[in-house]
Amino acid sequence: MAASDASTPQITLEFPIEEKDFFMAGESASRVKKILQQLGLGQDIIRRVAIIIYEAAMNVAIHGSHGQLEVHVDPVAIYVKTADEGAGIPDIELAMSEGFSTASDEIREMGFGAGMGLPNIKKNSDDLSVESKINEGTLLRATVYLNSVPSP
Amino acid sequence: MMQYFHSVKLNVKKCIGCTICIKHCPTEAIRVHDGKAAIMDERCIDCGECIKSCPHHAKYAHSDTLKKLSEYKYNIALPDPSFFGQFKEGENIEDILQAFLHIGFDEVFEVSLAAEIVAYIVSQKLRSSKIKKPIFSTSCPAVLRLMQIKFPGLLEQTTQVLSPMEIAARIAKDEAVKKTGIAYDEIGAIFISPCPAKVTEARQPITTKHSAVNGVIGAHLIYRDIIKNLHKGPVDQEAQAQQRSLHKATKKGMSWGYLTGEPQSIEVGTTLAVSGVQNVMSLLEEIERGELQDVDFIEMKVCDAGCVGGPLNIQNSFVGRVHLRGLIARAGGQPSYYSEEELRDMYGKGHFESTEPILPRPIMTLDEDVAMALVKMERLDQITKELPGLDCGACGCPSCRALAEDIIRGTAFETDCVIKLRDRIKILAQEILYLARIVPPSMAADHPEKKEGA
Repeated sequence: MAASDASTPQITLEFPIEEKDFFMAGESASRVKKILQQLGLGQDIIRRVAIIIYEAAMNVAIHGSHGQLEVHVDPVAIYVKTADEGAGIPDIELAMSEGFSTASDEIREMGFGAGMGLPNIKKNSDDLSVESKINEGTLLRATVYLNSVPSP
Repeated sequence: MMQYFHSVKLNVKKCIGCTICIKHCPTEAIRVHDGKAAIMDERCIDCGECIKSCPHHAKYAHSDTLKKLSEYKYNIALPDPSFFGQFKEGENIEDILQAFLHIGFDEVFEVSLAAEIVAYIVSQKLRSSKIKKPIFSTSCPAVLRLMQIKFPGLLEQTTQVLSPMEIAARIAKDEAVKKTGIAYDEIGAIFISPCPAKVTEARQPITTKHSAVNGVIGAHLIYRDIIKNLHKGPVDQEAQAQQRSLHKATKKGMSWGYLTGEPQSIEVGTTLAVSGVQNVMSLLEEIERGELQDVDFIEMKVCDAGCVGGPLNIQNSFVGRVHLRGLIARAGGQPSYYSEEELRDMYGKGHFESTEPILPRPIMTLDEDVAMALVKMERLDQITKELPGLDCGACGCPSCRALAEDIIRGTAFETDCVIKLRDRIKILAQEILYLARIVPPSMAADHPEKKEGA
């Protein structure tokens, strides 16, 4: 998270996410979208952040047993953080490749778990870090800068 | 600042200031002030949700009446496809169209026929792989206005074709000029509308600079006149002799009156149809996140069941749809009025492409400067937290969050909240009680505490 003193205007939004709570992903994405629109941010930035939030929250709902989504906005950037107490990711590099998925058949039958989540987050963020420990959980931080160049 | 025309209006006498409409407005455009509902012009999309939800019928759509016909030498009625669903089972389309000639129109042109042209153009566009999919129908102006405010990022994915209403007006007037020799400006194209959104679209169009539609009469205002003039037969003997049929549209265009009509007539690719303003918004949210990329075309209507559910239509939307379907089934499969060649020619010439880009209207923004907007957002969050969260509407705003926004914008006060006001009164009452219990020494005999001590 960017170092910002108390005088810097900033807002933080928090959403708890429980296992298989698939609605929270969409709801948090649309709530954040509304706020970013009120802040007058560009359409491209809003679209990218909405995708990151949705996919990251979806990952927590699918793979994490319990977690939290945090969105922080200051005049420099939008920081999305998800932390969960889930199975963890054994090979992060592999998880970043399109189409790779460890989602259960049940999840796939629901139309999720196509292995596009992390690649999609990577594509839409300016900075991305994923830390994970097996059987402990995963911490994801994605940043979109307000002055970043629109993606094609 | 741009002046907005709105067809949705308030009948001040009927409004009791009950706050029901403010909860139904998808863009939070209504506030109740001084006991009356007030519409914020820059936010209203003329969807008509408030007309449908008001139990006192205080909201109405301003439209023309048959008096409008006196302004033109030659008048053409343009009935919306959904209009035909308003009639009892057993009616036929030709009779309904003939009735327009009995009430003062000189010609009738079915908007359904223009819908067939739009369907052809859209199907051709879908065949080209260049466009970003899914693409959205432009036939519901309320959806377009909703997108301008809430989903500006998706505007470039609209079909960029004029609406069936607009195309119908242009073709009908051109044909009338050729047929009668009357000057274009002396010909009136009068649309028969199921909704306020199309009244606005004719006055202040989004996809073109000037609309060819000269007047719009609400379906509810003309329905009785049409009913009374059904089955009177052809008006002019000449037409009768030629056995000229007014009904030219086919199932393809007529089905645009109800939801799914558009995808059915476009017949290309994977399509989806959604109606109801909440459903439209939730689908657009999904698409904005990049979902549904395998869908080619989406029909969206703010009214339930499509245009038959328009607030100016007479029948219940489901009844209207059943009637319209029955009518179409009985009409049978007559061949398309325009040949494939004619349609290809219309598409090729590009006359019916929209000429104006649909621009975003970022009216929700708190401040033009992001840092300043963040400061306001911090305050907004703080105020929202301090409000009771009941969303009761007694302050005249649709929700506590909306009141907080209004306070930030300087149009409301924290004490507008009755719960907050009650808290303040409670504190004040306690103070008054405390003061009341303090007795001056001269009256000390009556002092309750002193008595006890005596």
